[in-house]
Amino acid sequence: MYKKIILATDGSEHSKRAAENAIHIATCSPESTIDVVYVADTGHAKSDALSNWNSVDVNDSRKRRIREVEGRAKEAGVSYQIKILHGDPGPSIIEYANKNAADILIIGSRGLNGVQEFVLGSVSHKVAKRANCPVLIVK
Amino acid sequence: MRDESYYTTNRRGAKLNLQTIKQEWFGNIRGDVLAGIVVALALIPEAIAFSIIAGVDPMVGLYASFCIAIIIAFVGGRPGMISAATGAMALLMITLIADHGLQYLFAATILTGIIQILFGVFKLASVMKFVPRSVMVGFVNALAILIFTSQLQHFVGEGWVMYALVGLTLAIIYLLPRITKAIPSTLVAIIVVTAIAVFGNIGIRTVGDLGNLTQQLPVFLIPSIPFNLETLIIIFPYSLALAIVGLLESLLTANIVDDMTDTESNKNRESRGQGIANVVTGFFGGMAGCAMIGQSVINVKSGGRGRLSSLVAGLFLMFLIIVLGGIVVQIPMAALAGVMIMVAIGTFDWSSLTNLHRLPRTDAVVMVVTVVTVVVTHDLSKGVLAGVLLSAIFFASKISKVKVTQIVALEGSKKVYKVNGQIFFASVNDLLDKFDFSDSVKEVEIDLSYAHLWDDSAIGALDKIEMKFEQNNIHVTYSGLNEESKHLKKQIGGFSKASGH
Repeated sequence: MYKKIILATDGSEHSKRAAENAIHIATCSPESTIDVVYVADTGHAKSDALSNWNSVDVNDSRKRRIREVEGRAKEAGVSYQIKILHGDPGPSIIEYANKNAADILIIGSRGLNGVQEFVLGSVSHKVAKRANCPVLIVK
Repeated sequence: MRDESYYTTNRRGAKLNLQTIKQEWFGNIRGDVLAGIVVALALIPEAIAFSIIAGVDPMVGLYASFCIAIIIAFVGGRPGMISAATGAMALLMITLIADHGLQYLFAATILTGIIQILFGVFKLASVMKFVPRSVMVGFVNALAILIFTSQLQHFVGEGWVMYALVGLTLAIIYLLPRITKAIPSTLVAIIVVTAIAVFGNIGIRTVGDLGNLTQQLPVFLIPSIPFNLETLIIIFPYSLALAIVGLLESLLTANIVDDMTDTESNKNRESRGQGIANVVTGFFGGMAGCAMIGQSVINVKSGGRGRLSSLVAGLFLMFLIIVLGGIVVQIPMAALAGVMIMVAIGTFDWSSLTNLHRLPRTDAVVMVVTVVTVVVTHDLSKGVLAGVLLSAIFFASKISKVKVTQIVALEGSKKVYKVNGQIFFASVNDLLDKFDFSDSVKEVEIDLSYAHLWDDSAIGALDKIEMKFEQNNIHVTYSGLNEESKHLKKQIGGFSKASGH
């Protein structure tokens, strides 16, 4: 019943559990596809560019972070595509989900940056409030 | 036939070009104009503060920011990137201005531009990739430290009011974005602190105390310096340092904008563009500048993508100065110091501190040496040079490890040495120690299948090994040389042995 599944991931432990759930839901129906969405936070633009100064592709390290999710999706035989967005994580995910008419959005309860989220209010909270589709927050 | 096909591709190329130009300029008019205005507002305090760091009137930095932003809009290779007067460049020119004066700075700025144009024309922008990552990290960290320490002088002899106003500036800068991101928080901080200083009648130092501000457009001038070799000798080292540091920061910023916008940029064109902008700036009474990381990020975040954003930023900056010049001189130094502390905090790569213990030991050492060199010499280019040299030494020592294994063959009358590794000037001494010359065998085979000979030191070492064995009546043969090594050995082999003795 969920055709367009959007999985927001940053490579953290919580997001890996979110991926498991996304794959599980996707295997229930053959038409389901997962959009694996990774947001390159513009707040980290400088340190990202610095840490990739000598690499061929800036997206290398990002793709590495979602490789595990990718592997699991492949293993389960689920159709998926990877999207790397640029911007503030919360608003970017919401915009992508709303534009692409997601049937469900799946996200980990906390990301890599635990301390900052504690102070600022978490990405998952923002997403749950403002996305126009059912949101599954995985603990 | 051939001519005709040439003609069509050429025409198509021209058409495509026109389309790209249109896209780069007018593909995002609304976003570019709004972002340009935001950038101009954020540029004013920084341009003034960087002028004060360099030790010149605020107008020098403002004219530079105006000229560079406008010229780069037309000739830059990275649409959406903002270039203007910067801290990295200002820090390099302090002693030139103190020792020789403003006119030499203008001349040095023009020469900087010429060097950068040459870099672009000869497609040397990619040479910047030889600067290793750890040196780049050290570079930005050192830059941050220098910007921060340059502000400490403003606190000397000041009372609690200064500290309170700087604290207020920083509080507004960091807390306002939680409420609204529509207006640059640095600008709000400056307006609030200036208002407090003006209406509260607080006797605190202002921009006006440190230099003049003229409310007029820059005019063309030729630096009034003697045009001789002596002048060139004075300005050339400064210009070379400015050119390299400017290109490094510009290419790093271009990478950031490339990444944020998911588009490519032309690094050699950017290099030429930076050069042209600096030449023009030097003739219009501005100081050398380069791309700005912070402002470019602000521009892209505010929706700026095209060339128009940089043009609008430059024009609006000048408009503001002409209209608001009288108010700008009343900005207290406390507000500017606050903005500069924010710039320093934003420039520092904090993740490099938390990751320091996870990096390879040599990378960490290179980073620290780069920072320490800059902080001690107050010269960013020297830090980069020290970092690059140290990386080269570490690299050479890493790959100079040669492994040699011995195999005894033909019932003890022959020995095979298998050499594994890179044979060059740094590894030959190590190599020689691994052979047993006073052996009782008749014949020695040196297997070079897993070795590469790089230079005349490598050939010289083989000759020496051969000679030492032959002194003990042991015959030496080689096997497994790869093509390049064979060619090198044929070219210079036997030469060092024959000439030395």
